[in-house]
Amino acid sequence: MIEQILTPWRWQTLLTQWPTLLRAFLTTLEASVLALLLALVLGVIFGLMSTSHHRLPRVVARIYVEFFQNTPLMIQLFFVFFALPYVGVSLPAFACGVLCVGVYTGAYISEVVRAGIQSIPLGQFEAAHSQGFTYLQTMLLIILPQTARIILPPLVNQCVNLIKNTSVLAMIAGGDLMYVANNWATNGNASYGPAYLIIGVLYFLLCFPLSTWARRYEEKLQRQDTQRPAAGKEAAA
Amino acid sequence: MVKLVNVNKFFGDLHVLKDINLQVAEGEKLVIIGPSGSGKSTTVRCMNFLEEPTSGQVYIDGVQLTHKNKTELVRRSTAMVFQQFNLYPHKTVLENLTLAPIKLQKVPKAEAVERAYKYLDIVGLREKADSYPATLSGGQQQRVAIARALCSRAKIILFDEPTSALDPETVQEVLDVMIRLASEKNITMVIVTHEMGFARQVADRVIFMDAGRIVEEGPPEHFFTNPTEERTKAFLSKILR
Ligand SMILES: Nc1ncnc2c1ncn2[C@@H]1O[C@H](COP(=O)(O)OP(=O)(O)OP(=O)(O)O)[C@@H](O)[C@H]1O
Ligand SMILES: [Mg+2]
Repeated sequence: MIEQILTPWRWQTLLTQWPTLLRAFLTTLEASVLALLLALVLGVIFGLMSTSHHRLPRVVARIYVEFFQNTPLMIQLFFVFFALPYVGVSLPAFACGVLCVGVYTGAYISEVVRAGIQSIPLGQFEAAHSQGFTYLQTMLLIILPQTARIILPPLVNQCVNLIKNTSVLAMIAGGDLMYVANNWATNGNASYGPAYLIIGVLYFLLCFPLSTWARRYEEKLQRQDTQRPAAGKEAAA
Repeated sequence: MVKLVNVNKFFGDLHVLKDINLQVAEGEKLVIIGPSGSGKSTTVRCMNFLEEPTSGQVYIDGVQLTHKNKTELVRRSTAMVFQQFNLYPHKTVLENLTLAPIKLQKVPKAEAVERAYKYLDIVGLREKADSYPATLSGGQQQRVAIARALCSRAKIILFDEPTSALDPETVQEVLDVMIRLASEKNITMVIVTHEMGFARQVADRVIFMDAGRIVEEGPPEHFFTNPTEERTKAFLSKILR
């Protein structure tokens, strides 16, 4: 391992293949963006459902969240990719990855959205009702914009997890960063060290700015809340 | 204008409203008083379906409030001022005032803004139009909330202890606004309050509630000078002490 990392030619061969690396990087990026969109849509819908006054949507949302949070993403992916074709549903690897990572992260985001909605004082819902806003208007115009501020940091953290989780694509030959690294590592040169180091750095470059931003933003929110006791009091009332 | 017929309300096993029959005339200023937990808030909240009666009917302008029509009917006919103000914290004062007119009543933006300034003038807060609620004092927030209620042009305005959450020194500025409002003939006001001097000044009729029932009602002169019911006397002597 150490010997590998210290061998310059291993690095050179890898780096001369930078177009492959770039393509893989873009694939990971693209999968992340698409999966994130899917996860956000699902997260908001199921998050809303889990705060419903009606039992049925609450139960459905609960089942969704518990199922996807308590089974490995890898199994979900293998099931969709390898098992579903037997019942006539077969998706290309990339679509499978986006779908599975999106649905999986959606379960976590739905919990974030639920907690956000539940942190809004009841008075806000009552004010909206007393003005005659419909349920959907209340959520879109009044409640969700208020939760956005609070849930942004945990949302970004979920986004970081999502980016890392797209590496499961490698398991079904999805052409992402992880897949390329696996190929390099096992194509006979045994360049494990350099290959995983390089893509590790690339994942880090994607994720670190996001998580740093989330942490800073969260600290800023905390500072604001301690500086404005009036607002805190109102929220607590 | 507003009519409650045999309204009963249970919270679980707790019987909170017991056969409430009540009619509020157009333009009337009705004040509801009573001890804590007697069902004052619940009564008022039935009038805009924030609480759904367990049995009995609520009529607004002769139309029965139901699950189906509540959003539409409440939007058109009633507005509410809450103890905790409940302004939208992510919106400026002006946006708080124009949101419902623009989104619900489809008033053109310029007209909604003009209307908002008109009512901000009435509550004396024109210069706060671009401020956020959190930067205002409690009294100012409540005056904005009153302006927001007025912006809807609803004929019925419900007040649930509008001054109870305020610092003592800001109570009067809110009462002053409400007293001015009460001189408007065509606004119907239903007010839950513990401010007896104010009640006496603005009320056309006072209702005393205790343990989920309307115990006594009448014009303020009668009510505050020689109530008939023992429970009313006891309550008043305690609160007017
Ligand atoms: N959502 C609720 N769930 C359960 N019980 C409730 C609920 N809202 C009110 N109650 C109970 O119903 C009774 C009447 O409450 P209500 O708020 O109408 O009284 P009130 O006369 O407005 O009192 P206060 O002067 O303290 O505001 C109280 O015993 C209260 O605890
Ligand atoms: Mg009350």
